[in-house]
Amino acid sequence: MNALQATGISFAYGARQALQQVSFCLAPGRFTALLGPNGAGKSTLIALLTRLYDLHQGELHVYGHSLQRQPREALRQLGVVFQQSTLDLDLSVEQNLRYHAALHGMPKALATARIEAELSRQHLQERRRDKVRDLNGGHRRRVEIARALLHQPRLLLLDEASVGLDPASRQALLAHVRQLCREQALSVLWTTHLLDEVQHDDALLVLHQGQLVANDDASAIAGTVGLAHAFADLTVGCAPRTTASDRQPLGAQNTPHKSDQVSEQP
Amino acid sequence: MNAYWQCLCGIVIREWLRFVLQRTRFLSALVRPLLWLLVFAAGFRAALGIAIIAPYDTYITYETYIVPGLACMILLFNGMQGSLSMVYDREMGSMRVLLTSPLPRAFLLASKLLATALISLLQVYAFLAIAWVYGVQPPAWGLLAALPALLLVAVLLSAMGLLLSNGIRQLENFAGVMNFVIFPLFFLSSALYPLWKMRESSQWLYWLCALNPFSHAVELVRFALYERFNGLAMGVCLVLTVIFSVLAVISFNPQHAAVRRPS
Repeated sequence: MNALQATGISFAYGARQALQQVSFCLAPGRFTALLGPNGAGKSTLIALLTRLYDLHQGELHVYGHSLQRQPREALRQLGVVFQQSTLDLDLSVEQNLRYHAALHGMPKALATARIEAELSRQHLQERRRDKVRDLNGGHRRRVEIARALLHQPRLLLLDEASVGLDPASRQALLAHVRQLCREQALSVLWTTHLLDEVQHDDALLVLHQGQLVANDDASAIAGTVGLAHAFADLTVGCAPRTTASDRQPLGAQNTPHKSDQVSEQP
Repeated sequence: MNAYWQCLCGIVIREWLRFVLQRTRFLSALVRPLLWLLVFAAGFRAALGIAIIAPYDTYITYETYIVPGLACMILLFNGMQGSLSMVYDREMGSMRVLLTSPLPRAFLLASKLLATALISLLQVYAFLAIAWVYGVQPPAWGLLAALPALLLVAVLLSAMGLLLSNGIRQLENFAGVMNFVIFPLFFLSSALYPLWKMRESSQWLYWLCALNPFSHAVELVRFALYERFNGLAMGVCLVLTVIFSVLAVISFNPQHAAVRRPS
């Protein structure tokens, strides 16, 4: 069973089309990177997945549960870390986690045990009574991951979770999420606009101007020319290519990106 | 059922913690009605004579008359402000967290409205305590009898606020709500003057006041504070609370805010 199945997803902000006929599947227990320039439609996709926006066209299934028809079952399988922090800065780490546990209807004893376990895993036991405002960016993200995992979801969505972190914290966060994925068979969808956050053994989705322009293993998409070249080619041409078999050799004529950060296309 | 109870408790506890932490916001919410009571009412006491009207058994001071209206004013401001912030601005983050709960959206919104209402009641009773010290002293049992009335009014006004913020796109900021919703509701009501006074001045203004739901909210609280029951006010408030809550939940869509303000 797929961790996530998106079929024919389209969404528009008024006249502006944000997503056009996006379809893909996420394999369970795998780290999948969703890569795209700013404005590609990544956050819109996350908003649809978390029911912030209503889905009018297409289907979303989380571990077989339709997000439209069985939202409760689908949301139980989902843990989410949003792009902008959604922690209450004036509350302590533990108070934030207890609030989330309550939203998922957890009895107090179970919530206490889960909070203990997650704080321990994130090495945050010492900070449990600290206000979130007093934590650095890396620790705040860890609290958000602990919160997202509190109800033991099978799919973790992280929407540009590394934005605003220094390079060391960014690498540490990424390593931590990959470790969770490996050790707990957690399915992860990691959205980013940074090429260096993608590893060759990751599954990779490339979104550009609301269209899915690549869907394959990162190594297959990178081919012999490297991910930076391949990505530049994909996001300039905007021709949808979804499998390794229909991928053309990536042209050496493309100029490589000097930076690892993907820029918005003009 | 237990999951629903845990969720409701969690939402109420969070509102309580935020209330405790934001003492300055609490104090500023008290300043507004206290200015009306201590300054405005003192100035108007001589100008406005109050005849004996229900639920009062005798002549009353102007301060005594306006206390129920000012209690409802606290609920009006809190309800509108709380509901608007549920959809817009800085609360967007916490609203996203709320909506990832697997429990039904209607239950989550109703819990949030109830939690906001409960916290507003604390502010109202703090105001009533100060008014008591100042000399406006309703019967002690009246203060207890007013509790369910105040809770109903608080939920009514919060639901009205949420409905407005869902449906009216022009209400982008609180200043607009002040001018076009809060002030008309407040001034076209029985909060500051009895309706018979208004009738002496203008027949059509009187009818606007009489039809204003806020007038019924104020009268419900006024009667309850003096251990009397106002059936009409209760009926109007109850029916409107149900209608506004149902419409607010049905029309709730945080996407509106996001589409208006694409980031």
